[in-house]
Amino acid sequence: MSRGTAAYLGALAALAALTALAFAAGRFPVSIVDLLGAFGSKVFGFAYALPENAETVIFRVRGPRVLAALVVGAALAAAGTAYQGMFRNPLVSPDLLGVSTGAALGAVLGIFLSRDVWTIQVFAFAGGLAAVALVYWIGSSVPRHDPLLSLVLTGIVIGTLLGSGIALLKYLADPYNQLPAITYWLLGSLAAVNPADLGAVSLLALAGLLPMLLLRWRMNLLALPDDEARALGVNTTRLRAAVIAAATLMTAAAVAVSGIIGWIGLLVPHAARLLVGPDFGRLLPLAMLLGAAFLLAVDTLCRTVAPIEVPPGVLTAMLGTPFFLWLFAASRRGW
Amino acid sequence: MLKARDLAYGFPGRTVGSGVDFELAAGEVLCLLGPNGGGKTTLLRTLLGLLPSKGGSIFLQEKPLDEASRQDIARTVGYVPQAHAGVFAYSVENMVLMGRTAHMSLFAAPSARDREAAAQAIDTLGIAPLAGRAFTEISGGERQLALIARALAQEARVLVMDEPTSSLDFGNQVRVLGHVRKLAAQGIAVLMSSHQPDHALQYADRALLLGEGKALALGAPREVITPESLRHLYGVNVRIVETADGAHTCLPDHALRQ
Repeated sequence: MSRGTAAYLGALAALAALTALAFAAGRFPVSIVDLLGAFGSKVFGFAYALPENAETVIFRVRGPRVLAALVVGAALAAAGTAYQGMFRNPLVSPDLLGVSTGAALGAVLGIFLSRDVWTIQVFAFAGGLAAVALVYWIGSSVPRHDPLLSLVLTGIVIGTLLGSGIALLKYLADPYNQLPAITYWLLGSLAAVNPADLGAVSLLALAGLLPMLLLRWRMNLLALPDDEARALGVNTTRLRAAVIAAATLMTAAAVAVSGIIGWIGLLVPHAARLLVGPDFGRLLPLAMLLGAAFLLAVDTLCRTVAPIEVPPGVLTAMLGTPFFLWLFAASRRGW
Repeated sequence: MLKARDLAYGFPGRTVGSGVDFELAAGEVLCLLGPNGGGKTTLLRTLLGLLPSKGGSIFLQEKPLDEASRQDIARTVGYVPQAHAGVFAYSVENMVLMGRTAHMSLFAAPSARDREAAAQAIDTLGIAPLAGRAFTEISGGERQLALIARALAQEARVLVMDEPTSSLDFGNQVRVLGHVRKLAAQGIAVLMSSHQPDHALQYADRALLLGEGKALALGAPREVITPESLRHLYGVNVRIVETADGAHTCLPDHALRQ
């Protein structure tokens, strides 16, 4: 069995085990037998006497949350994989061009204006798309510079500007009603995800994933210097625009329902690349599996380690930092 | 195969050189010589259609280059850049496979036929044992051979090579240039730039001297590479020596060695 096959089988097994654990663990524990019975009776229609409340806990409370963790984790990892290949840099995360900061500003504005949850999510999604569109428009209309460098520098500058907008709104926000909500959103959470959110984010993530899957071979050529990729017959400007659009769509959709959960888009593609190498067609599915598993594990820990819920953004950073340093120290030359 | 007529080249907002005229025939090796900053790379990039020309015209197989798409150009012209390490650890095989991209449709992944073409190109350059190794971990000479293999997998009829020997040790220089001659013998047209007049004298059919923003001379290497032209080009005194078996080499002048 090749190393790549082993990595895929391992990731699938880990994902299945984590999913079962995520359904079972929590304030109201569900036994594995009851879990199998509940799903068995749903899928195959046989009778199973489920303990009281277990059905509600499995299908209403934990179901949407588990699925949301899987979808958001996979989407963030896929977007990160695309960005790292495109920017030829293993230290890049999907918010390099300001999608998270833009989404955050949108959400914070929504909270500041005391809008309902649905409007806040729409604000966040639109903010993310608008920020990247602005960065792309400015970055690609600067003449006489390397196009990638222009994008990155514009992203940093616009990100700082948006960040100051967030800071201003936090300063002006009501410290008792709005500020906690803003802080909560900026640290990310999957606790409040409902089935309608889940459907929307899944659809948008799929729409972003499709071009990545179709262009999986050409994505590899973006890792070459621009001149070389063009001399090999690739229209790099158009390909890059397509990848930015796809990755932005995925990230903005994920951030709109979960808030900002950092580290996944940076760390997971990196780990996947160490396992199966940089070929995008093999790398992307594994990164998505690992991203889904990682966020599910983090979210399960978040709601079980302490009497109160820990924000997942805090935990991904706590777990991510040592893991990243270890990767960095252990990896050989070439990512 | 590749023709330049009164070509001017440069960057947006700055013209580096002008008045370049040449025609590259199938099976010919044309060596581009000139001082640092003389615009060799800029000229090559313009000929590849990577930079817009500043005047004059370029024809690829008798068709204007600026009317061709990137994919059209890539099906005829292969670019061999100076060997670089790259960022990600693609295998040598995948690196060569990337040469097949111009022959694939937009959403396709490499087919069995593409893999065969890549394997054949790898065989031709004699680097089959490296196929599974990471491109980031092989030596500079091996990388250069892999990049040439990539251009072969591309089925290029014209190879544009930017200083293919610049970072190689002596053995790899001889090996790479030997491969260049072999490819020319198979009918491939090669345009390469070099810092070594010896490379033009020993491996090229013609030499194009580029200096002061224009083409100073174009012709058989032994006719255009003279002590006078090299003094003009590089500002140093050298002599051209014929060896016992009729080869030529370029040596520094006695006075300069003191």
